[in-house]
Amino acid sequence: MIKKLSMAAMAVAMSATSSLAATNITWWHGMGGRNGEVINEVSQKFNASQTACALTPISKGTYEEALATGIAAFRSGEQPNILQVFDAGAATIINAKGATVPAEDLINNAGYKFDREAFIEGVRYFYADSKGKFIGMPFNSSAPIMYVNPQAFEKAGVAVPKTWEEFEAVAPKLKEAGYIAMTASQLTWQFTENFFSRQNIQFATNNNGYDSVADTKMNLTDKNLVMMFEKLKAWSDAGYYRFYGASWNDNQKPFEEGKVAMWIGSSGSFGGLQKTATMPFSADFLPYWSSIKGAGTNTFIGGAALFAMAGKPEAENKCVADFFQFLTSPEIQKFYHQATGYVAITKAAYELAKKEGYYEKSPVAEVGIKQLMLPSGEWSKGYRLGFYPQIRSVMEREYNKIFSGETTVQKAFETIEKEGNDLLARFAKTAG
Amino acid sequence: MAYTTLQPQAGGFLSRLGFGNKARKKPAAAEEMKRVQFTSPVLPYLFLFPQLAVIIIFFYWPSVQALSSSFYIEDPFGFGSTFVGLSNYTDVIFSSEYQSIALFTAVFTLLVTFLSLSIGLLLAVKADRIIRGASTYKTLLIAIYAIAAPVSGLIGMMIFDQHVGPFVKMMSFFGWHMQVGLNYYDTAFAMTVVAVWKQIPYNFIFFLSGLQNVPVSVREAAMIDCRSGLRRFWTVILPLLAPTAFFLLTINVTYALFDTFGIIDVMVKDKPANNPVTLVYKVYADGFRGNDIGGSSAQSVILMIVVFVLTIFQFRFIERRVHYN
Repeated sequence: MIKKLSMAAMAVAMSATSSLAATNITWWHGMGGRNGEVINEVSQKFNASQTACALTPISKGTYEEALATGIAAFRSGEQPNILQVFDAGAATIINAKGATVPAEDLINNAGYKFDREAFIEGVRYFYADSKGKFIGMPFNSSAPIMYVNPQAFEKAGVAVPKTWEEFEAVAPKLKEAGYIAMTASQLTWQFTENFFSRQNIQFATNNNGYDSVADTKMNLTDKNLVMMFEKLKAWSDAGYYRFYGASWNDNQKPFEEGKVAMWIGSSGSFGGLQKTATMPFSADFLPYWSSIKGAGTNTFIGGAALFAMAGKPEAENKCVADFFQFLTSPEIQKFYHQATGYVAITKAAYELAKKEGYYEKSPVAEVGIKQLMLPSGEWSKGYRLGFYPQIRSVMEREYNKIFSGETTVQKAFETIEKEGNDLLARFAKTAG
Repeated sequence: MAYTTLQPQAGGFLSRLGFGNKARKKPAAAEEMKRVQFTSPVLPYLFLFPQLAVIIIFFYWPSVQALSSSFYIEDPFGFGSTFVGLSNYTDVIFSSEYQSIALFTAVFTLLVTFLSLSIGLLLAVKADRIIRGASTYKTLLIAIYAIAAPVSGLIGMMIFDQHVGPFVKMMSFFGWHMQVGLNYYDTAFAMTVVAVWKQIPYNFIFFLSGLQNVPVSVREAAMIDCRSGLRRFWTVILPLLAPTAFFLLTINVTYALFDTFGIIDVMVKDKPANNPVTLVYKVYADGFRGNDIGGSSAQSVILMIVVFVLTIFQFRFIERRVHYN
């Protein structure tokens, strides 16, 4: 596979160097496997579509490695034109004012008209500033959705739940039918960050951290969030929910093996699951608590965005803008959506895929987009919290402790809130 | 790794580096030898230059940078920073998470060093006695050393996998339901096993060559004096192996502290959660994944001090008891 990848990279590089007069731009990303290959294909398509610019994508390992390498390169003035940064790292790069050129400015300066409304609801704010201006260009985007094993529900003779109340009602029957009712792959993203968005509850002060880094505090001892995890713990004790640790795959695997009735994964898991699942599967929205007032709003995206790095000549920035325009064109969005399983981020691309009957063939691919397009609430737009990768680590640590019985839910969230707020206070000092 | 080129009978080598008891031996020939001198005073420095350049660029310079940035909380892109004095250090030292990681690192280092040394020694002693097919045994035992740390981590991850791991399945027969990745102690167990397994062949090679350097005459003389094989080993062979053992102790401690990073990184699958990790992993997690440059610099300075103290301790207190020839 490495051979294949390097061949592809080489082919792209060759095609880049062959166009002599072209302006060369580079794109550092953190994707591997099939997703990395698709990036090469997208770049090839861009290079073939015009002659003025030549784009070279370079894989820098994982998301975190790509960000760390990008930072190191920026400090020594060797930054790429485009850097892919993942959701949890968004605050790091967006708060470093002067590290990037806002995507919206870049595109407008290049003579295009940037239209925020062209993007679907759940995509629009996550990488934008507090006034809604796009800083990063959303790229690979996904939503936390629920995958369903229809056989399990058939055998238990119950309907697929839309809400957690309904889940509570059907879980005992699923257990009786011999299934683990539920597993979930990333409690931080699915049951914490997007718990706040799906139930429309404030995550942090300062407008979820968008307005300012100074004195931002997290709302992790929120009684509803604590209730959600107390339920999870109770379900786990009753055998309705199984927790296999913080690793994504350890929680996905039992579902693939057909032992689990429903699994909370990512809309981006769709492609891989088609290959690995041993049974037919369908998907539905992430459940919510109907008892919580105002719940049922959309979730925000996970995944990563592309940032145009500052300090580059005008001609190269123009090429980056050209590429961003190309990337958000309906055809390319549709291609990327179908090749990877990530959602289409523009309304036009969604309509195009729909018109071609893609979702009739694979209805699961539509669930993520539809969930992102649900009406948004005040608190479903995203969050902007510094040192968030560490805060996630703290959450993962405490969540493991909850399910191994080392701590109570209330205590765990008190710890996370305290350590999280300390980390936010530290982050505020980096801006000093 | 530079240390792999060090020789096992390291007494001479290390003392030439300036370590160890200085007045140990005076080469008898030294007086008679003509003192060789460089004709130009610049020349020796010229010869030293490549080595010094490597050390300065890859060790001293980063160390100084780590030291200076450990007093700041800094924006990773380099736009802003706040001088915070020693608070990066106090934040780290008084954090209960850091303390528990430090405790685990100490226990892990002791366990890995002790187990890989003793199992390596046991295997070497047994292999030393074998005459028929000796090279096959040795090759089989040594081959494991060729496995890179991440690969051995990967193998360990599969063996201890929650769902399909053969070891986990075997243990469930005995009523032990291992959950590596979820249960702290199960993960610690798996990590220690893989780390020890990876290091045994290295110790084996050095112990074996050490054993083969014990003169036959000494062994035979010991045989006449004492019939108990265990006692002979304890009183005659082991002291003769002491220089090798000391060298290996130093190497193994370094291994457990630093080189197990690859194994740990693969085994916790990028998400340590409440699983045990070592101090080096924490430096990586905060610095490279979390972009907290000040905090992770402070941690790496603390690690530097730990290694410094450990090295002094080893050479001052343990090496004294080691007799070379």
